[in-house]
Amino acid sequence: MARYIVRRLLQAIPVLFIVSVVLFVLMQNIGDPLATMGGRSVTRSAERERLKRILGLDQPIHMQYLYWLAGNDWKTFDMDGDGVPETQGTRRGVLRGDFGVSMVNRGVPVWEVIWDRLPNTLLLMLTAEVVIITGSLLIGIFSALRQYSAWDNAITTITFILYSMPVFFFALLAMYIFAVNFKEWGLPYLPTVGMFDPKVGQTPMEVARHMVLPVATLSFVYFAAYSRYVRSSMLDVMSMDYVRTAKSKGLPRYQVIYIHALKNAALPIVTIIGLDLPFLLGGAIVTERIFGWPGMGRLFLDHVSRGDTAVVMGILMMIATAVIIFQIITDITYAWLDPRIRFD
Amino acid sequence: MSDAALTSPRIPLLPVDELEAPPLTLWQMAWRRFRRHKMAMFGSVLLILIILFSIVGALVYPESSANYTDTKKRLEAPSAEHIFGTDTIGRDILARMIYGAQISILIGITAMLVEITVGVTIGSLSGFYGGRLDSILMRFTEAVLVIPQIFLLLVMAKFFAGKIPDIQILGRTFSGSVIIIILIIGLTSWPYTARVVRAQFLSLKENEFILAARSIGTPRSQIIFQHILPNSIAPIVVAATLGVASAITLEAYISFLGMGVRPPTATWGNMLEGAYNYIGEAYWLWLFPGMFIALTVLGINFVGDGLRDALDPRSRSI
Repeated sequence: MARYIVRRLLQAIPVLFIVSVVLFVLMQNIGDPLATMGGRSVTRSAERERLKRILGLDQPIHMQYLYWLAGNDWKTFDMDGDGVPETQGTRRGVLRGDFGVSMVNRGVPVWEVIWDRLPNTLLLMLTAEVVIITGSLLIGIFSALRQYSAWDNAITTITFILYSMPVFFFALLAMYIFAVNFKEWGLPYLPTVGMFDPKVGQTPMEVARHMVLPVATLSFVYFAAYSRYVRSSMLDVMSMDYVRTAKSKGLPRYQVIYIHALKNAALPIVTIIGLDLPFLLGGAIVTERIFGWPGMGRLFLDHVSRGDTAVVMGILMMIATAVIIFQIITDITYAWLDPRIRFD
Repeated sequence: MSDAALTSPRIPLLPVDELEAPPLTLWQMAWRRFRRHKMAMFGSVLLILIILFSIVGALVYPESSANYTDTKKRLEAPSAEHIFGTDTIGRDILARMIYGAQISILIGITAMLVEITVGVTIGSLSGFYGGRLDSILMRFTEAVLVIPQIFLLLVMAKFFAGKIPDIQILGRTFSGSVIIIILIIGLTSWPYTARVVRAQFLSLKENEFILAARSIGTPRSQIIFQHILPNSIAPIVVAATLGVASAITLEAYISFLGMGVRPPTATWGNMLEGAYNYIGEAYWLWLFPGMFIALTVLGINFVGDGLRDALDPRSRSI
């Protein structure tokens, strides 16, 4: 087992290396970082040269990558343009946990910029994940126990339709019905923008109210996919011999379903959840944009459009690393839950 | 009673036409099963209607009407004159829907072709040759998979933004960004196909008929293209079908976020850009494009589901 984990971790290194190189090359062209620093002075070419030198953008791309990866505190640079390198580098590099500083936020470390938004995203995404798992387990089991009945067919059709609906369409429709129309009809309506109303303040109740629509939007797509999965997994298990044995022993129905069948049916579902979890870190770009939720997705959008490479690289590398780590954790959990699986 | 009657048992003979009928080909069998799949037939009809809408509509509304702006008629509700209403700068939404349909479907199909070409090439090379090539290609595939696709698309859209000028095809002007969107969607969607094809190659290449082909000296290219690839066509067709649906959705997402296809070309996605600012005032801005995207994707998903069942080699039903 330990050997397996070590091998997987070693395999992850080239993957992360490829990811970082490809992204770093893409980053060179996502916009002029100097233009976003604003101010009249930047348009003067002498000033541009000076800023480029200070930010290290005058270096060739492979050196920039090296400094990003391993830092530049072992070298001196020519900052004032007199041809004499005299200023010591200060960056420590990603490998030593330094993701650089944000240009848009004027020198705030990338970690702080991300850390500022991460809790908002996690609050939204983890709530959505809980709703998704509970809901799709209920729907999937309900459907599986009534295979080919009218209920089952209706659920199949509805989940298929929901699955095909683009996220923004569902979001706009939900906003239209529950915010706009409910307001017109004088019913209690739901807020559509932001995390809380500044007039009320950030109280738990207020945040919860603002979370209803985004969470519903995030959940519906996954409901469709996950509940199909739960259904087929449950159907497979329900036709197994040991379930028949349990039934013929006269065990109560709920015990057969929830203790004997569900435990085994849950195994493949654990895999799916484990592989999807890290993607929650990135937030949901479209949902966060529509509902004005101050999370990672919007942070990413804002900083991509302003060419803030350090923050964008930081977000993407964080997600990529999380995805790989979660893949390994999922495999280990799976082996731990299912003794039939051995990694050798 | 004669001896002959006693000794020869009555053998039920099959009707002549069933004996003589040539065996059904894969596609004939698939078509028979597909026809019985109600959802798939419903999806096909839906798709045909949408394609007809984009063709017949283009005959009724000239392309100039899709870009004709009349600022005096901003945000007009659906009426007899403008059946789907007008947008923020007074363009007719129905006309834009028609031309948007053409571009969205074009993007869906061509992005799928890019995706399948790259995916099948990488998957078959990886599965057939194995070894070091396989591990390099698979690390690369994983590298693409660990970044959420929408993030990668936005970075790439920004990278290529404004690189290609407008192009003229058949007397019509298309925004150059259409080509960029097609390429970036194709180039970020292939890992799934590559993995499916690789798995097919890994299992198929161990079969006896491949061994036989090798032993009589069949060149490698022929083994790949004539022996293995045709046998893995079923999952590729299914992946391709669903690929069209996801390409249409992805185009809509990036256009919705303002980094997709630029004006003057209309797509269903860029018609939605900024529409959420008018959620209450002008529902027709987002309802029609959103509904058409949903219906198209639904139709394609139904067809894909039907194809999956129809092309399943383990299926015994005819």
